[in-house]
Amino acid sequence: MPLDSVALAAIWLTFKLASVTTLVLLLIGTPIAWWLARTTSRMKGPIGAVVALPLVLPPTVLGFYLLVAMGPNGFIGQFTQSIGLGTLPFTFAGLVVGSVFYSLPFVVQPLQNAFEAIGERPLEAAATLRAGPWDTFFSVVLPLARPGFITASILGFAHTVGEFGVVLMIGGNIPGQTRVVSVQIYDHVEAMEYAQAHWLAGGMLLFSFLVLLVLYGSRLKQGWRG
Amino acid sequence: MHPSRALRYALTLLLLPFGNALAAQVQVAVASNFTAPMREIAGRFERDTGHQARLAFGATGKFYAQIRNGAPFEVLLSADDTTPGRLEQEGAAIPGSRFTYAVGRLVLWSPTAGLVQDGPDLLRKGDFRHLAMANPKTAPYGAAALATLEHLGLDDTLRGRLVQGENIAQTHQFVASGNAQLGFIALSQVAKDGRIATGSGWVVPTDIHPAIRQEAVLLTKGQDNPAAKALLDYLAQPQIRALIQSYGYGLE
Repeated sequence: MPLDSVALAAIWLTFKLASVTTLVLLLIGTPIAWWLARTTSRMKGPIGAVVALPLVLPPTVLGFYLLVAMGPNGFIGQFTQSIGLGTLPFTFAGLVVGSVFYSLPFVVQPLQNAFEAIGERPLEAAATLRAGPWDTFFSVVLPLARPGFITASILGFAHTVGEFGVVLMIGGNIPGQTRVVSVQIYDHVEAMEYAQAHWLAGGMLLFSFLVLLVLYGSRLKQGWRG
Repeated sequence: MHPSRALRYALTLLLLPFGNALAAQVQVAVASNFTAPMREIAGRFERDTGHQARLAFGATGKFYAQIRNGAPFEVLLSADDTTPGRLEQEGAAIPGSRFTYAVGRLVLWSPTAGLVQDGPDLLRKGDFRHLAMANPKTAPYGAAALATLEHLGLDDTLRGRLVQGENIAQTHQFVASGNAQLGFIALSQVAKDGRIATGSGWVVPTDIHPAIRQEAVLLTKGQDNPAAKALLDYLAQPQIRALIQSYGYGLE
């Protein structure tokens, strides 16, 4: 069998990591994107730049800072220790934190674009009908921004699946906890197990292509809203 | 300045690095554990011979894959004695050129002074959350660390607490940053003049893990480069062997 139990464990872990990360990102990315889309504050530029940083930073920079910050002497590490969680590197929770930073722009930016495309008029119309802000958000904004949410979810998920450098730096290669598919492939290559590497790497290639095919296929149909 | 003179001047500047006909460059792939001594050796090598050694540090397994796929390395300083032999069989290295330049020493190390006194006892008590080691599948120091745990009968009980570095440098980083309280690393990473210079450690006796024989080999790409040959000769010289020893390595 080309995919043994070790490979299957890595695939399942990667799926779990990408799913949890995408959920967390939708929860924290939506308010950030909404604020960025509506605000006239002078902080819009700096905050937008911070959100976009992971697009240009090498994952090693992110991984290194996370390792130091989440370590026993870092500020995140001191906080997690004080609430009794211990330190986060080498844990699944640590990988989720790293992935949230790593994939943040891939969720926030499509959402921001979708919110901006809605414009003022539907919101004004809702206000004249005496809809409260929450009601407006759930009955008007969410349905109109649906394509944006779909794009954000797909990109956030796929980008987390493709994560390597950050996981390598803070993961510690623990089977079932931090050894995701990309790290497993790297392991196989270093151990000269090229056949196993090929199965996983080929699977990754196919998966990534299909995700992008779905994404761009649906976008073309919708005329690139989203 | 006359144009032709300017041209000659520019050409001279361009050719200046090649001024010494005997001085050449050699591309060297160096196992991570040998980083510190090799930096010093490369400096002396350039001073003594005029040749320049350009160093790349990393995991031996990764270098193997890169060399097999055409990487421009001319000399490999491996962390083991199997990779050079394999490259030789596959025609990527020159037969008869390899020799043991250092014998690695494994140490159980913590950055906390006084923490590691009786290594086996500390491991048995298990009063730590993470124990770092290099990946035993790909790194000889990782394989030696695993053999040590097996010898102590602790490999099963500690399995849940093992974290693996991609190579020995990353393993050291896991421990030095405090994310793992303890780790099996190379003595050369924390030794000065043959002794542990920072933190505390237990130098693992060599009879409980397979010897970490580190071989150097001339790669096919370097067979016509005098600097490559010179570097291998240089590594075997008495004063360099003494220097290697001062970093905590054994010799053969």
